[in-house]
Amino acid sequence: MLVAEKNALSEEIESYVEKYGNDRSALLMILHEIQKKHRHISDFAQQEVARLLNIHPVEVYSVISFFAFLNSNPKGRNLIRVCQTISCDMQGKSGVVQAIERELRIKIGETTKDNKFTLEYANCLGLCDMGPAMAINDQVFLKLTPEKAVELLSKVK
Amino acid sequence: MELNKKKRTGPVIFSEYTRGDVVKKIVTMKRNDILFELKDSKLRGRGGAGFPLSTKWMLTSAAKSDEKFLVCNADEGEPGTFKDRVLLIEYPELVFDGMVVGGYTIGAQKGIVYLRGEYEYLLKPLEDYLDEMRKDNLLGKNIAGRKGFDFDINIVLGSGAYVCGEETALIESLEGHRGEPRNRPPYPINTGFLGRPTSVNNVETLAAVTHIVMKGGAWFAKFGTSKSTGSKLFSVSGDCDKPGVYELPWGTKISELLKIVGARDTKAVQIGGASGFCIPKSQFSKTLAYEDVSTGGSVKIFNESRDMLKVLKNFMEFFADESCGQCTPCRMGNVKLLEGIEMIEKGQYTFSHINKLKDLGKTMQLASKCGLGQSSPNPFISILENFNDEIFNRGNGGTNDR
Repeated sequence: MLVAEKNALSEEIESYVEKYGNDRSALLMILHEIQKKHRHISDFAQQEVARLLNIHPVEVYSVISFFAFLNSNPKGRNLIRVCQTISCDMQGKSGVVQAIERELRIKIGETTKDNKFTLEYANCLGLCDMGPAMAINDQVFLKLTPEKAVELLSKVK
Repeated sequence: MELNKKKRTGPVIFSEYTRGDVVKKIVTMKRNDILFELKDSKLRGRGGAGFPLSTKWMLTSAAKSDEKFLVCNADEGEPGTFKDRVLLIEYPELVFDGMVVGGYTIGAQKGIVYLRGEYEYLLKPLEDYLDEMRKDNLLGKNIAGRKGFDFDINIVLGSGAYVCGEETALIESLEGHRGEPRNRPPYPINTGFLGRPTSVNNVETLAAVTHIVMKGGAWFAKFGTSKSTGSKLFSVSGDCDKPGVYELPWGTKISELLKIVGARDTKAVQIGGASGFCIPKSQFSKTLAYEDVSTGGSVKIFNESRDMLKVLKNFMEFFADESCGQCTPCRMGNVKLLEGIEMIEKGQYTFSHINKLKDLGKTMQLASKCGLGQSSPNPFISILENFNDEIFNRGNGGTNDR
């Protein structure tokens, strides 16, 4: 990581701390902001958060490792999460997943070579009445068919 | 996005209400009068546990502290539950005004909405909504002109952990720790967020409060049964013509609900989400109520074509994945139950082992630290018992071609 990048990241994290406060109870929202912008929370970011909240870096890591939506290793630029819970499963989740896997030439849990997509399963997205459902980043898409799902991916930059 | 607003009708929650009305009403009321109104309504928590709301708020309001909190639990992770999504998109006025009522009643200065990470797309519209409320003096300082009544709400986003719907796990994660449940007691009503008295309430409970304070506890108690007053939002999904959120009075029969949502050839209904119970056809005359089939509102419908072992496997995969790993019965137990299901699937099981697993399930119900491990064996036990024939006699005459 270049020094300039480090400085920029430090400044960014400082701005989050300013927004949410320097108490430990601000941790989740700060991590969420970093995750949203960078798609992961790097070791350096973890150290900076720890420094500014006055806790040990491993405490920050322990929270990241607990939550499904926070990760310390980089993922693709766009994250696809297909709901795997029973209602979506019964409405044809498998067909959707297989179509995406074929189209992107990856399996669940993998990232495309160009780093554009990571494909994952998610537990219940709370869209059971309109399944199968998936989320691409923070947007959700409903009543998918294999064709519709693949078409949606082609629109993602 | 296709999550548009719909015009809904219902006896209680979906009845008429205009934003701000209840806030203007409570500032002229005494706290005790609000508590008595809630007591008359006999409203019980809508998240599933069913704790009487008036008791929770009486205890929180009686707790002595210079700072108290009201937390709205919008971490609805239970598979098959999506009523809170509908309430937050279509009826935010009920939920947030209910929070202001709660803040006034228990004497909290701060309300926190713990929104599940999966609903991130709601964050911006809800924050805009709160800004509107601040402009109209429904939040902030001296609310609705009442001197000294300060209350504000902020939203914290969860990050995809089912267990954080458990109130002490939720508080842990709000404090910036791993979302692992605490031992209870002490209960959050006296030792909650940052060690302060905290009332954690479900989204639907708060929405009901708004109507109760407007229209009276006696009006609310007219609906439903004597032990389960009012109505309930049911999140219906699975094999039916019209899945969605329905408001029905407590005491509705399962068979009536199935008719309303257009379900045919129904074999089983999973009530209460993955951690609930699987009700076979023979018991469809049971009623939905705290005293009969208690639920947080999830109703999943399975028709004759469904393989109940697959359904069960999906549930147990969910629990094995979502167990926080803190206590052994839940961490190990869910994995063992899942392994048992895989054995049945492959035909490599013994009945003595399956019976041991059922015992293990009962141990988990007793020995787990929080509601997750205490209820995750429910589907395992109820599906294996109610669909014994389908699952174990599949080789000789079973209809499922596994």
